Amino acid sequence: MISPTSFAYVADLLRRETAMLCEPGKEYLVEARLLPLARSAGQPDVDGYVALLGRDPSERAKAIDALTINETSWFRDLAPYQAFTEAMLPPLLEARAHVKHLEIWSAACSSGQEAYSLTMLLKENLPPGWTARIHATDVSTTMLERVRAGRYSQVEMNRGMPAQRLVTWFTRAGNEWEVSPELRSMVTTQHLNLAAPFPPMPVFDIVFLRNVLIYFDLDTKRDILRRVSTRISPDGFLLLGSSETTLDLDDAWTREAAGRVWMHRPRTAARPAAAAPAPITAPALSQTGA
Amino acid sequence: MHALIIDDSKTMRSILRRIVTELGFETTEAGNGQEALDVLEAGLVPDICLIDWNMPLMDGYTFVTRVRADDRWRNVTLMMVTTESEHGQIVRALAAGAHEYVIKPFTPDAIIEKMELLGLFAQEVPA
Repeated sequence: MISPTSFAYVADLLRRETAMLCEPGKEYLVEARLLPLARSAGQPDVDGYVALLGRDPSERAKAIDALTINETSWFRDLAPYQAFTEAMLPPLLEARAHVKHLEIWSAACSSGQEAYSLTMLLKENLPPGWTARIHATDVSTTMLERVRAGRYSQVEMNRGMPAQRLVTWFTRAGNEWEVSPELRSMVTTQHLNLAAPFPPMPVFDIVFLRNVLIYFDLDTKRDILRRVSTRISPDGFLLLGSSETTLDLDDAWTREAAGRVWMHRPRTAARPAAAAPAPITAPALSQTGA
Repeated sequence: MHALIIDDSKTMRSILRRIVTELGFETTEAGNGQEALDVLEAGLVPDICLIDWNMPLMDGYTFVTRVRADDRWRNVTLMMVTTESEHGQIVRALAAGAHEYVIKPFTPDAIIEKMELLGLFAQEVPA
């Protein structure tokens, strides 16, 4: 098992480089993620590998990649995707009828299952003549390469991919499945650390920021939500993970229920678009009841 | 809710039985397609059949076509769970009337997620 000193070093490294928290109790996870890297670097155990991290920046980058990977599935949790097609797309199709284009951000995209799940729904639901782009970002460059390659193992394909969509959008490539060029052309990738200032990006109609805020401390969560609010259109939607909320974090957002999920919207969207110039108001009160 | 598990491997039947039992399903098992048809003919109408492809006497593909041809079983959900992993095989099974397809090897989550996809089970979502 990883020594307390090595674990503390890894936790500190993650905190400094990605602002992610790695608390005591996660030793097994660190061990499991780093052991394969230790072996391929010729180290007898994880402690030896952690000692190497102090003097080898490229191994450090690999370790961060390995530690930030999350297991994911296609159409994960289902309900967010129902909200996407049933509650978010209809108003946006109306509001964007003049441009016939949607910009969507899959933040912390991991190996791309969320981004490609969204492309399939867009293909099935966008009217003719419409286009959409999924902007997939992650802190892990390895993950971004995987998104660009669009290749998935059989075990990964089993995780939530409906068989009908599998045969429609994927072809066999050796032991793997490869997503169609048509879907791949809808996805662009960009390296992005949510905890650092964002690089130039479009303004998005929909942001999927799911199951990632939980890894950050309170101040970083607030800061991320504040910066996301500058990258989302006034009538856009933000979707968080089922255990995550903007309540008590940032009062720039309101919540609307869509089935089993909450959609978060910039607070300005709650007012009619054609209203008279907004009066100067006191700073918004924080939401109550949370 | 009732699941009919059809596989010639006792080990595989036991793995699948444990997964669906945890989801609250009762189970019946059959070692091949013919045995499974006999179970249906005897009056059991399961909510879902989990079906291997390659089995003696009657394979899973034939079982699917036989079930789909009979109106008594029109509401039974059919899910292939098989090592057959070619694109064309999956297309064939879906065309014959299978609703879903899981390729072996699989993790328990894969089965659970597909069952949820088929509306046979809903995972609890934190408030």
